[in-house]
Amino acid sequence: MEIFGISTALLGSQLLVGLINGSFYAILSLGLAIIFGLLNIINFAHGAQYMMGAFVAWIALTRFGINYWAALIVAPLIVGFVGVLIERLMLRRLYKLDHLYGLLLTFGLALIFEGIFRDQFGISGESYEVPELLSGGVNLGFMFLPIYRAWVIVASLTVCFGTWYMIERTKLGAYLRAGTENSAMVQALGINVPLLITFTYGYGVALAAFAGVLAAPIFQVNPLMGSNLIIVVFAVVVIGGMGSIMGSILTGLGLGLIEGLTRVIYPEASSVVVFVIMVIVLLVRPAGLFGKS
Amino acid sequence: MLSRKYAKTACAAALAALSLGAQAQVSGGSVKIGVLTDLSGTYSDLAGSGAVLATRMAIDDFIANEKPNFKIEVVTADHQNKADIASNKAREWIERENVDTVTELVTTSTALAVMKVAKEKDRLVIMNGPASTPITNEQCNDVSVHYTYDTYAVANGTAKAVTTQGGKSWFFLTADYAFGHALEKDSSTVVLANGGKVVGSVRHPFPGSDFSSFLLKAQASGAQVIGLANAGADTTNAIKQAAEFGITPKQSLAGLLMFITDIHALGLKSTQGMYLTEGFYWDRTDETRAWSKRFFDKQKKMPTMVQAGQYSSIYHYLRAVKAAGTDDTSKVMAMMKKTPINDFFAKNGQIRDDGRMVHDMYLMQVKKPADSKYPWDYYTIKATIPAAEAFQPLALSRCPLIKK
Repeated sequence: MEIFGISTALLGSQLLVGLINGSFYAILSLGLAIIFGLLNIINFAHGAQYMMGAFVAWIALTRFGINYWAALIVAPLIVGFVGVLIERLMLRRLYKLDHLYGLLLTFGLALIFEGIFRDQFGISGESYEVPELLSGGVNLGFMFLPIYRAWVIVASLTVCFGTWYMIERTKLGAYLRAGTENSAMVQALGINVPLLITFTYGYGVALAAFAGVLAAPIFQVNPLMGSNLIIVVFAVVVIGGMGSIMGSILTGLGLGLIEGLTRVIYPEASSVVVFVIMVIVLLVRPAGLFGKS
Repeated sequence: MLSRKYAKTACAAALAALSLGAQAQVSGGSVKIGVLTDLSGTYSDLAGSGAVLATRMAIDDFIANEKPNFKIEVVTADHQNKADIASNKAREWIERENVDTVTELVTTSTALAVMKVAKEKDRLVIMNGPASTPITNEQCNDVSVHYTYDTYAVANGTAKAVTTQGGKSWFFLTADYAFGHALEKDSSTVVLANGGKVVGSVRHPFPGSDFSSFLLKAQASGAQVIGLANAGADTTNAIKQAAEFGITPKQSLAGLLMFITDIHALGLKSTQGMYLTEGFYWDRTDETRAWSKRFFDKQKKMPTMVQAGQYSSIYHYLRAVKAAGTDDTSKVMAMMKKTPINDFFAKNGQIRDDGRMVHDMYLMQVKKPADSKYPWDYYTIKATIPAAEAFQPLALSRCPLIKK
């Protein structure tokens, strides 16, 4: 069967692959959106933190024998802790200044992190094996789906919607949102706002590291893996509306699908399609698809 | 652009060799070599600091063995794989620092840009990292040497071997820029010439990271062989993901340009059985082993063909300067072309009038993990491709310097 001269099998498989990539976009843009929404910081180190997640998983496995499942917890905790230190020691001083300062600081940090890893591990990177339990694949008729990729979709969506629920539906989330609206008032009610903010940044960073661990068995773990991805993820956040939690998740998934479609129709354009959409969205709806203007 | 953000790590270091005798007719009493390479980006493992090290080793060995009566200096810089940075740096080096020869130049676009500057200023260019054949064809000039390999040589070796062994139908996964296109074109020609056919190709953005969409297309094409007309991280990610999607071993992959550092990064499990063509393998002869071990002691990695070629070409250049008694570009070039190259890297290597250094190439097959006995024991040499067959014959040259 064919639609517009493209076989449905090819179309189906490309959409599924698009959804997998979309899962990465979603989880990374979610972290950025949380950090921007609650801290007003444009976290340019997000790609480097994603890369660090992958490297921590690799180091944990090869040097300490810590397996993939433990790494899914350990790597976000370690990298998240680095995030906490960054927030406490550096970012905290910048909240009163223009966005640009936070951007420059995190950009500089990203360069430093990438430089350190490049110096230690070289540029060709390291290979991380797919965990035993998730290796192999299933034949869906129209494509061979590696089980690991299916797991990526499940894990990423679970974490994304769990995070959304925590921020939008729980008391902790309510404190957080209130703290960013009017921190003096919330502080007066006896809630430790600076601690909440530190926690938020650490959590956003941990999300990036979690995505990094998910990515490790798929991509070669190398120091530039984050910088290749981060610009697209920023575009996703802009399209979704800066700071919109649900917006970033849905936009991430949606753009993954659109990118997948583009790869069937005109592969050369697949790396620019996201930016074309960004331009159109900015022209028509400057606050983004889900943003409040 | 914010993403291309590598801090400029240009560093200049001078290596001065004291010599007491009278100075030769060398401008400023010293020969200055500029190593312009990728020190931070995607090609920094295959060229990069290893190429700088190889340059310094060549100079140290040359001074120890040949006792020249001129000083030799080195400057290095990171061109970040960008043509504009490369040509600006080359111009600055030549105009202000009196650099005699600009070398290495991985990434074709940087090489082509620097070749123009060097021609204008009448200085030498010796290239080891860049791959594309236009360097010694349409864009050739008389101040340039393309030393280690090119897309014709690697495509010729690998594509021919795979096609004649029964891999008759091909699908190309091609990096969407000049180098990828050249590699695909050169490989397709070889496939067709050996009775194979090309059933399709797909061009992926450079650099890419997720190749699953493109690999699924290759899978749907039903081709026996998927030719990877890309390099570096693009190739390693594509190989990794092909295994994940169950494409290999049903269809086989041919890495059209791979380096030993790529094999090292991927491991033998996912690369075993692959064919590739290289101009150098550290574990080929006693001579290559001896040199490579010296390199390994400093770099902690075995050399790629680019790094070994860098040593060989710099040594050859310095010898030509000494023999010619001058650093004058045309005289040194004439001497370099006149003298055959005989060292651990090449036997009877010859630089042709189009700038192409022709030497034997080697068809390798990646070993099975069980057959690898010691670190970096990765290849079985399947065939030596003699110099005369390895490179594009002059009869097919599109270089205006070649009179037919």
